[in-house]
Amino acid sequence: MRSYLDFEKPVAELEAKVEELRALSTGDGVAIAEDVQRLETKAREALVQLYSNLTPWQKTLVARHPLRPHFSDYAKSLFTDFTPLAGDRKFGEDEAIIGGFARFRGEAVCVIGHEKGSNTESRIRHNFGMARPEGYRKAVRIMELADRFQLPVVALVDTAGAYPGIGAEERGQAEAIARSIDACLALTVPNVAMIIGEGGSGGAIATATANKVLMLEHAVYSVISPEGAASILWRDTAKAQEAATNMKITAQDLLRFGIVDTIIKEPTGGAHRDAKAAIAAAGDAIADAMASLAGMDGITVRKARREKFLAIGRTL
Amino acid sequence: MNWISNVVRPKIRDFLARREVPENLWVKCPETGQMVFHKDLEANLFVIPGSGYHMRMGAAARLKATFDDAAYEEVSLPDVATDPLKFRDERRYADRLKDARAKTGMQDAVKVGTGLLEGLPVTIAVQDFSFMGGSLGMAAGEAVVTGLQTAAAKGTPFIIFAASGGARMQEGILSLMQMPRTTVAIQELREARKPYIVVLTNPTTGGVTASYAMLGDVQISEPGALIGFAGPRVIEQTIREKLPDGFQRAEYLREHGMIDMVVHRHQMRETLGRLCRMLVKAPAVPPKARLPRPATA
Repeated sequence: MRSYLDFEKPVAELEAKVEELRALSTGDGVAIAEDVQRLETKAREALVQLYSNLTPWQKTLVARHPLRPHFSDYAKSLFTDFTPLAGDRKFGEDEAIIGGFARFRGEAVCVIGHEKGSNTESRIRHNFGMARPEGYRKAVRIMELADRFQLPVVALVDTAGAYPGIGAEERGQAEAIARSIDACLALTVPNVAMIIGEGGSGGAIATATANKVLMLEHAVYSVISPEGAASILWRDTAKAQEAATNMKITAQDLLRFGIVDTIIKEPTGGAHRDAKAAIAAAGDAIADAMASLAGMDGITVRKARREKFLAIGRTL
Repeated sequence: MNWISNVVRPKIRDFLARREVPENLWVKCPETGQMVFHKDLEANLFVIPGSGYHMRMGAAARLKATFDDAAYEEVSLPDVATDPLKFRDERRYADRLKDARAKTGMQDAVKVGTGLLEGLPVTIAVQDFSFMGGSLGMAAGEAVVTGLQTAAAKGTPFIIFAASGGARMQEGILSLMQMPRTTVAIQELREARKPYIVVLTNPTTGGVTASYAMLGDVQISEPGALIGFAGPRVIEQTIREKLPDGFQRAEYLREHGMIDMVVHRHQMRETLGRLCRMLVKAPAVPPKARLPRPATA
């Protein structure tokens, strides 16, 4: 059973009709087969049309789609020998961020990613992808290991933001994020970050401070959620759509501002319609990004990353 | 109420009210309600004499209060793109900026100065909360970067007085990018082996705490300052619980191991001077040579 977003209603109706006709046509009927084909084409066209003109708010909904592939889906297909590590060695284990060693197309790498979870049980276990300080401190630990053993780092970003709670504040949420950014910038190995769904503010930049930043076509990346901006700047959460538009949070806008380097095209109808194809395209993009950084020595790769970030905004 | 407030149109009345009410003359202590004469408050470095409550302090006043003889050279800051997103919420961001500039006389939220602190050359940046809540946008980010790079180039310690509500949302992702950008400059200062001291003032939250304001070699806070990542209201809404007393206050952070010390504003100069001198291996200031703090109540 497919799950539709509100704005996908026209497509949903057409596809429902196709299903209906299919169910009827079990016995005979060339006429029905033709109808099915006609409707299928129409549904397909509607989908293409819809997804080539998504508004920033619609992209936000697509980026948060419950069936959109998450970190674990990517990890399963893109990496072999994935060996996650646990804990920050200071306080606890935070499964909102998963990370460890893996092989990417044969080469050993370090992998870090936010995991939102895919059912009630796993969403709770992963705290909906909203990390506490322990999550960022585990990421720092992994980056330090990556640096020591000279393994490139791949970070997949998919979070609404860092978790706002009493414990998180007590244990230094802000400091943990700051140190994670610091660790990214100190790496003497190449790192590649990819925004696969939501790039939510500090929680995202904590691991997205990378030599190459890739972004899926319908992912979003912003300083605050559209709802948050609407409630603070408009004092009205109903203005989230306007906030999404005005904050320029789409991959297309961010490419223009020089924040992301590459946009990865998604299958028609979004990554959730064909996770396999989306993940394969993401894998190729990661490989390209890695190849473009290969052969640089550690000091050069770190210098290039620092200069890249210092240059952001200077030519606008 | 007098005849004028009843007769004159609202706009003019507004104008008159703003001009005529001597709101600058008396200041109320937010804690005790005590009324203090503005001049006395200023002379006491904006600390309420009775309660010890630390009021906010503007950037220029802070620089004057920190450098020897209130003398410093202002570091000129690079121009940045104005309103690259062409952002508007209920108002245009360009208009909000214009208003903030007119109201404060500042170009943006951060000022940087170089000069002597207890005889030692230092570079100091101050974030002014009165400029759009001290929010971190491209201009403030560039100012912090410039401050850190100036310190590295001149070989001086860098001190920042942080105060901010967080990122400047009207600059979208470009404000978020100031978090890694400022961190790059911190790493450059570290490589130059010069001290970076952060003084957290009331309030410091959001993207500012989640980057340069938590990466100091030494973390100091003024008493009672609110310091955190998420604001108390956001947390309360998320967990639907009352927050503990003193939550996210300087003293609470110290107790939880997040900052090194809580220092009264009257002891700030002496503390910063002592720390900087040790970290650059300069001899101690003989007690007699120590300059008195700029003013006393």
